[in-house]
Amino acid sequence: MSHSYKLSYLKQLEAESIYIMREAVAQFEKPVLLFSGGKDSIVLAHLARKAFWPAKFPFPMLHVDTGHNFEETIRFRDYLVNKIGARLIVRTVQDSIDQGLAQEEKGPNPSRNGLQTVTLLSAIEEFKFDAAFGGARRDEEKARAKERFFSHRDEFSQWDPKNQRPELWHLYNGRKNPGEHFRVFPLSNWTELDIWQYISLEELELPEIYFSHQREIVNRDGVLLAKSEFITLLKDEQYIEKTVRFRTVGDMSCTGAVESPASTLDEVIAEVAAARVTERAARADDQRSEAAMEDRKKQGYF
Amino acid sequence: MEIKEQKREADLLRFITCGSVDDGKSTLIGRLLYDTKTIFEDQLLNIEKTSLQRGEEYVNLALLTDGLRAEREQGITIDVAYRYFATPNRKFIMADTPGHIQYTRNMVTGASTANLAIVLIDARKGVIEQTCRHTFITSLLKIDHIILCINKMDLVGFSEEVFNKIKTDFQDFISRLDIADVSYIPVSALQGDNIVNRSENMPWYEGPTLLYTLENVHLGSDLNFIDARFPVQYVSRPQSTEYHDFRGYAGRVEGGVFKPGDEVMVLPSGFTSKINTIETFDGPLQEAYAPMSVTMTLTDEIDISRGDMIVKPNNQPQVSQDVDLMICWMHEKPLVKGRKYIIKHTTREAKCLVKEVRYKVNINTLHKIEDDLNIGLNDIARIAIRTTVPLFFDDYRRNSATGSLILIDEFTNETLAAGIIL
Repeated sequence: MSHSYKLSYLKQLEAESIYIMREAVAQFEKPVLLFSGGKDSIVLAHLARKAFWPAKFPFPMLHVDTGHNFEETIRFRDYLVNKIGARLIVRTVQDSIDQGLAQEEKGPNPSRNGLQTVTLLSAIEEFKFDAAFGGARRDEEKARAKERFFSHRDEFSQWDPKNQRPELWHLYNGRKNPGEHFRVFPLSNWTELDIWQYISLEELELPEIYFSHQREIVNRDGVLLAKSEFITLLKDEQYIEKTVRFRTVGDMSCTGAVESPASTLDEVIAEVAAARVTERAARADDQRSEAAMEDRKKQGYF
Repeated sequence: MEIKEQKREADLLRFITCGSVDDGKSTLIGRLLYDTKTIFEDQLLNIEKTSLQRGEEYVNLALLTDGLRAEREQGITIDVAYRYFATPNRKFIMADTPGHIQYTRNMVTGASTANLAIVLIDARKGVIEQTCRHTFITSLLKIDHIILCINKMDLVGFSEEVFNKIKTDFQDFISRLDIADVSYIPVSALQGDNIVNRSENMPWYEGPTLLYTLENVHLGSDLNFIDARFPVQYVSRPQSTEYHDFRGYAGRVEGGVFKPGDEVMVLPSGFTSKINTIETFDGPLQEAYAPMSVTMTLTDEIDISRGDMIVKPNNQPQVSQDVDLMICWMHEKPLVKGRKYIIKHTTREAKCLVKEVRYKVNINTLHKIEDDLNIGLNDIARIAIRTTVPLFFDDYRRNSATGSLILIDEFTNETLAAGIIL
């Protein structure tokens, strides 16, 4: 042999994710890609393009819009959808609230994070989606570490972590009864650093809030929340301007910024590689209790 | 040590850790993650808080891996948990599986995608039944590399005699199994001896640390680059003007090497053609090999669909409706002889009938059991099945992708068993 047959770890992860996406399209009738505008779903959309090239990927993208978005994310979402010629469906938490399906939280920063589940499940029902691709990764959170690539949801969309199908080799069992659906997580084996390395390798574009910028923030229990109409300042709180970037992109009401001078991909990668706290440490939604993620996931969260 | 820097050309090692809570497995994993700086401060802070609240004496590193509420409440690991860490030259995916016999199915699941197994032994107890069970499953699933970690060396005075005795006992045991490569490492997970840093307490041990071994195990021989196998996953027919006549076969190379111009045969039809192009989003390739996901076009129009397999005419897999398997049963509902089950094999789905249960294996002693052929949860057995359509397969030892299948309940759709083709 003149050379060794060796794939780098990023190419191995890519090949695995492509395999999962093709497998889901072959096994399900109506898949959808959950798109938040965050880096993981941007990588997911890129992998979907690769998996089905030269055809367009044969499913729409769904954005569950809480109304609490960073405007940069929405702008980027529309730009990307247009660029790759995908079909985008948007369903809003506000509509779910107006229809009486969900109720707004009370308090100084009411989060619509949990309410997304209601809107997501309505959309799955409305379009009869039987598989939803998500960008969740196992390294993000301890309940997610136990998640399958093909994750079964019962007719109430519930996840039963104690009764998951074993996943052997790369044989994925997507068989289901009417009314049930699957969540499919092609990025399960990727870490935050892998995502960034891959973004750099593939030269993917990202919303600018991932890079260092000046922003007014308020420090609430250690979480640096960006100034927005969705946050009411408490007594003794005030906005201060800081040089920040975001490691994850979720709702403005619960996504914390990190102080950072990293304004290029290489700087971000260096920062992620040296990071001493997890990316979700800045997420107020995960700080609510030790099993916050597991509890939300059981109800049908992403 | 700046260990989190990682090169893009780094490779990937998937491994499994076997052992029970008593062996100090969680501590070992915690130590590995902590010493490679993979545990983050907020995670550490969280488990410190929980340990304190429960009145535990030490920071309980097991809390890191026990992700589900029930696991933390009961202090046991129920499910396979996947952990990730990296060194400059290698990325690691670790499947952390529970050790008790009632979790054999979890170990089989974790082992099915692993290249290496760490088998943990308590130095005070030596080679016990559980060690044999873990090693047997490792060998059954053709994991080529085993690291036997003899843990709690601090509790036996870091004794070289104890280490050597265990090593000899283990060598005796594995002489009955087919295992390519074994390393023996004396460690103390609690104190960190020989995990990431060399032990000062065991100058008699001249071998590498656990992390060094993980980083340097040679992986090149684990994939099959000889027998060309391409199960068709999906037929790509873009409805676009530019690619109007494009007809591509998408899939993952499961063995061998494919190049444009190669003569190929399509199963089950037996038609032959030539590879026209190997396409990817990033441009056409001059060759494709495992585990690449690609799309092939052929020079002839042949009817090919999902579940078919593209191979080389001079190197064909076995084609048969009668298949002999070792299975690991994974469900509370027992196997029913004579019942139909759904099988998934490569990208092919079919039904099968269980014709015969030949024997069950006592996985602690490796003895064959022939007088009790009831197969229930966690049992490992040899069976014969007949399938509704022919399967295209290889011996699992030659190719784990074309030599493995799963059995599924046709009514509940649950996965019931893992099958290894003999």
